[in-house]
Amino acid sequence: MKEKNNHKHAKRYGMVIDLDKCTGCGSCMVGCYSENNVPFKTDETNKLDSINWIQVYKITNGKPFPNTEVCYLPMPCMQCDGVGKHGHSPCVSVCPAVATDYDYETGIVSQIYTRCFGCRYCMAACPYHARKFNWWDPVWPADMEKYLSPNVSPRMRGVVEKCSFCFHRYQLARDKAYYEKREELKENEYQTACAEACPTGAITFGDLNNKSHAVYKLKNSPNAFRLLERLKTNPKVYYLSNKRWVRRAGDNYLAHEEPAKIKQKVNQHH
Amino acid sequence: MKETPLIPAGVKRCSTWQFSLWMTAATAVLAWGVYAMILIWWKGLNQTNMNDAYGFALWIWADLAIIAIGGGAFFSGFLTYIIGKKELKNIINFAVIIGFICYSCALLILAIDIGQPLRGWFIFWHANVHSMLTEVAFCLSCYFAVLTIEFIPLILENPKLNKKPFLHHLSHNMHGIMAIFAATGVFLSFFHQGSLGGVAGVLYGRPFAFREHIFIWPWTFFLFTWSAAACGPCFTILVTWITEKITRKKLVKQSVIQLFAKISGWMIITYIIAKTIDTVYWAFVTAPGMGFTLMDFYASPTYNIGILFAEIVLCGFIPGLILITKRGRENSFLLMTAVILAVIGVCLNRWVMVLQVMAVPVFSFNDWYTYWPSWQEVATTVLPVAYGIIVISLAHRYLPVFPQEKELNPID
Repeated sequence: MKEKNNHKHAKRYGMVIDLDKCTGCGSCMVGCYSENNVPFKTDETNKLDSINWIQVYKITNGKPFPNTEVCYLPMPCMQCDGVGKHGHSPCVSVCPAVATDYDYETGIVSQIYTRCFGCRYCMAACPYHARKFNWWDPVWPADMEKYLSPNVSPRMRGVVEKCSFCFHRYQLARDKAYYEKREELKENEYQTACAEACPTGAITFGDLNNKSHAVYKLKNSPNAFRLLERLKTNPKVYYLSNKRWVRRAGDNYLAHEEPAKIKQKVNQHH
Repeated sequence: MKETPLIPAGVKRCSTWQFSLWMTAATAVLAWGVYAMILIWWKGLNQTNMNDAYGFALWIWADLAIIAIGGGAFFSGFLTYIIGKKELKNIINFAVIIGFICYSCALLILAIDIGQPLRGWFIFWHANVHSMLTEVAFCLSCYFAVLTIEFIPLILENPKLNKKPFLHHLSHNMHGIMAIFAATGVFLSFFHQGSLGGVAGVLYGRPFAFREHIFIWPWTFFLFTWSAAACGPCFTILVTWITEKITRKKLVKQSVIQLFAKISGWMIITYIIAKTIDTVYWAFVTAPGMGFTLMDFYASPTYNIGILFAEIVLCGFIPGLILITKRGRENSFLLMTAVILAVIGVCLNRWVMVLQVMAVPVFSFNDWYTYWPSWQEVATTVLPVAYGIIVISLAHRYLPVFPQEKELNPID
């Protein structure tokens, strides 16, 4: 947070998730678990204390059969830019030990596991429930330890963890580009595990500031929306849906309010 | 009863066997809490029923509540040494002891609550100046040091210790400069009580907690300090009353209690008016701006609108009005009813600002979150009560806590 946003070519990595394409298969979650050494319990029935960096929610239009409609909503960390897009994300500004920080070069919110002392204030601050606490020591079946990714450090009991937009992949891509004497990364050089694992191509990942990246165009779609935009968290994960009720479910509205008008007002304000 | 050199002269205390029995019962409860505490430190926070939605739970409430009700220490110091209400010298020793108990417990609870207790010092070493919790940690620790300094001269007044010339003079000189520590305590308390309010008020991702602000401080910052100054004295009066009932003697003159209660009453009334204005603005401006109506926050069977009524009217305006009227203060039943209601009110406010914040769903498609503490959480929350009973019992038996005790209870 001490760093100033003075990078000439600062990136704003983000995601656009097409909810009309998502089948709720959970491949994104599986891909993320194996990519990021996310620990799991023997019994995963209680989802409130299990760890996942991306969680697929099931939402409905609330109407009885035969008018029921279902939508699956994958939710990673929103990598919020915070009020005024200054990097004061809800979690970053509250962490007492700077164990979570906003990277002005990429717009990614980091989590420093060896710095976190487990106060969980960031979890209280995050309206997306994107942050998970290690209530137990991580334990993998004996043979599985050999398959852990060497690029991501496993976390210890008593600390918070969350989606990093596979930041280690960004670092590897940067290393490769540096070796090849390149400044810029190509769009396909840095992709998250969930985006790659999605069988229907519902998840598109890239630099939201880069006009040549697919996410740039997709986020400007009239059907694009972000979750809880009215809280001014400025998330970098966008969603697409043709269904009005899905777009409305993404935020809270008073009975008389029209989401499109509110969205316009919020964006003008930002 | 046979006099012992440890007991102050001119006062009557219960027999050793009675005292031992009492202390054994309190120690047994304390041991239960300590066992749970060790279990949590050894096995981790999986011993609790907290979860990813309920990251703040019973302990954080207990922490905030005991800091609020321990506010009698700083406010009585402010009134005695800075405003010049000398009559309150007759209760300030006890207020300091209660404050010491509350703040030492608050620090202990924080040490139990964090997932990596051995890294607790990171909050000082890697401090994030933007975080309200950092402000809490610094001010809380400093104020605890101030309370310890305020408590030391009283400990040194124990007859046995006071016989040592060095300790006698140390105690005397510390008393002489106590106004400086009282002023420091007031300054530190303003910030830590306030920053505890700020902890919830800055959460702009949580519409139930978020409040508008001046500079960096949300309104809850000021309301928390105000409410602690208002209701802390009520807790001091309540514990004094309980101590009087248990020891079966009057320890503080009623005129002192009534003066303290009167000031507290005016503080409660002004606080609750400010709280009402804050609630109205939040309900009709802040929350609708985020897409919520007031009733969205009270749509659960547990967290219904009755909570708001209880906090503002039942435990706010009613005790405030009783305490500002002479007739209310002079009627002991009404006085104690008001005192108890005020203490409940401030504890309820802290409960709401911690547990209800976690319970309220932010997504339109989520349901209310529920939580029930584990026995380990209950035991570690009861621990401070047992510890408080032990410290007060020891202090009352061996230290001249109440200057008016001899006069009110002459020994033939």
